Amino acid sequence: MIPGFIVANAPALLVSVPLLGAFLCPLIGKVSSAIRNLWVMVIMLTTAAIAFILAFRVYAEGTVIYVFGAAASNLAVPLDSGGIPVRIIFTIDPMSAFMIIICAISGVAVLLYSLSSDSRNSGLAVYYTLFLLMITGVFGMVSTGDFFNFFVFLEILSLASAGIIAYRVDGGLAVEAAIKYFILSTVGAIFVLYAIGIYYGQYNALNIAMIAQRMQFTMLDKIALVMLLAALAMKCGAVPMHFWTPDAYSMAPGSATAFLVVASQASLYGLFRVLFTMYNVTLNYVTVGWIVIILGVLSMVIGVTMAIPQKDVKRLMAYHAVSQTGYMLLGVGVGLAVLGDQAAMNAVGYTAMEGGIFHIFNHAMYKGLLFLTAGAIFYRIGTRDLNKMGGLGHNMKWTMIFFIIGALAIAGIPPFNGYASKFLIYESVYLFNPVLAIIAMVVSILTLASFVKVFHSIFMGPQLPEYKDVKEAPRPMLIGMAILAVIVIAFGLFPTIVVNTLVAPAVHALVDQAGYITAVLGGA
Amino acid sequence: MFWNLPYFAVLIITIIGLATIVHKKNLIKILLGITLLESAVNLFLISLGYRAGGVAPIYTLAPSTYMVLPTPQALTLTSIVIGVATSALLLSFAMIIHRKYGTVNINLMRRLRE
Repeated sequence: MIPGFIVANAPALLVSVPLLGAFLCPLIGKVSSAIRNLWVMVIMLTTAAIAFILAFRVYAEGTVIYVFGAAASNLAVPLDSGGIPVRIIFTIDPMSAFMIIICAISGVAVLLYSLSSDSRNSGLAVYYTLFLLMITGVFGMVSTGDFFNFFVFLEILSLASAGIIAYRVDGGLAVEAAIKYFILSTVGAIFVLYAIGIYYGQYNALNIAMIAQRMQFTMLDKIALVMLLAALAMKCGAVPMHFWTPDAYSMAPGSATAFLVVASQASLYGLFRVLFTMYNVTLNYVTVGWIVIILGVLSMVIGVTMAIPQKDVKRLMAYHAVSQTGYMLLGVGVGLAVLGDQAAMNAVGYTAMEGGIFHIFNHAMYKGLLFLTAGAIFYRIGTRDLNKMGGLGHNMKWTMIFFIIGALAIAGIPPFNGYASKFLIYESVYLFNPVLAIIAMVVSILTLASFVKVFHSIFMGPQLPEYKDVKEAPRPMLIGMAILAVIVIAFGLFPTIVVNTLVAPAVHALVDQAGYITAVLGGA
Repeated sequence: MFWNLPYFAVLIITIIGLATIVHKKNLIKILLGITLLESAVNLFLISLGYRAGGVAPIYTLAPSTYMVLPTPQALTLTSIVIGVATSALLLSFAMIIHRKYGTVNINLMRRLRE
């Protein structure tokens, strides 16, 4: 049914199709804007289809590797190279496939939404080019098996994200946000490159599996770890490097913000890949695990307390995004802290990590949904100030329903998906350290309180005279939101199926360093 | 010791770059600091690639078979290209900021906080 060519070359097509689409987009935009929209949509759907084919194959058959320019696509180590994988390799294990699925779903929903939400703006060809470049960046980051390649895709993602944050100049405000984000991410990326140089100098390899196999955990490796931890934690918006998030998320166009969430999760993936696949038990896992846990707890608490007094709805949601990132760091950090202890790993570690990793998916869905509803409100009434809103529930019923779904999911109320992953985190973290679980629950309650306030000030109350003629958001925007809302509910209703089929393989692949190395380098 | 000189240079340029980014208030100077950091990391990569006595892996008429992988050079080229893109984007941001705010002093760029 599906041509073998596509299945065999899916990892390469995953990156090259959106890249081609991005660079042809301005040219096609010259012809007509309708054809351009069609083109962007076709490219996005094709990419998503390839992503699902690839993810299905990875979940069915195990890790897929793809070597660029080799005689056979699975020939990682050329016969005459003396055992060194010299070519660029894509390694897609279930953890990567998990991230690929997130990016594909979110990309389709956001693009569908932006076809009408941004239709009033000029320069759309550039907007879609940047959007497709972001897709390329995320797919590349999560599927590459080569550390330098990771850096290249990280930079593609930062450049495109900065461009898209600054896209609506807004009297310079958006550019101010973009410049903050971009200076930080450039400095971060330079430190990633330093770390890559350190690995290359010591191990003569750029391949993640090769570095992992040769890892000695010398003093230089510790320096590299610190650089990577700082840079990637900054990129995913963890406290104390979170200050770019509220600015960038609030100033980016509504549709792009929802995808920026996925972009920051890609950095989170990079962080986990470094910790688990490259270092694994060679590092002092208890100390590093606790560092990650403390980062997570700080993000949760500071994020939610900063969110409560905000007046700008997207700024408020951005602080909640910081707070939710804390849950992922907490779950995975607990897994890291017990990594070397198999009994504790079975009792606590795997469940906590499943919770943390599952939360990445859930967060991308419900946070994307919330940002899209905020974008829809902005589209109709032209303000993000909560004090100026009110009574919109009379006019925007569907948006209100989607907002309720997203808000209950983020607060961890059953039967929505946020509850499913947060419950896994609570029950396992409680066994590890009760105080952490209690903090996590308190943060959830504060999140709920904050969203009740937001819901009340946006939708409740009498209809305001200035918003008498406000209409419901256009249909493509509603469809985009509905895709995410359906997933939020479905994952909340059937969490066991999702955890067993999607999340658990990803977690086990992440923890299993030897499996990753064997998949790339063979039995050697 | 002598062969480690490039690494000392890398360290010094990195520190100058970071100090520039942290201490200067002028946006253009901060961008120059970032460019310095990029140059430092390029120097770092290229010095890693040097092996005394090694030759480029071109087999035609090679003087010896003690060859060096050209990976660091390829990395440096890629990183230079990325550096150009980041500098261009940052400078264009600085231009828009100057046009809209009338200043490039970062202490005066605080409209988002209001």
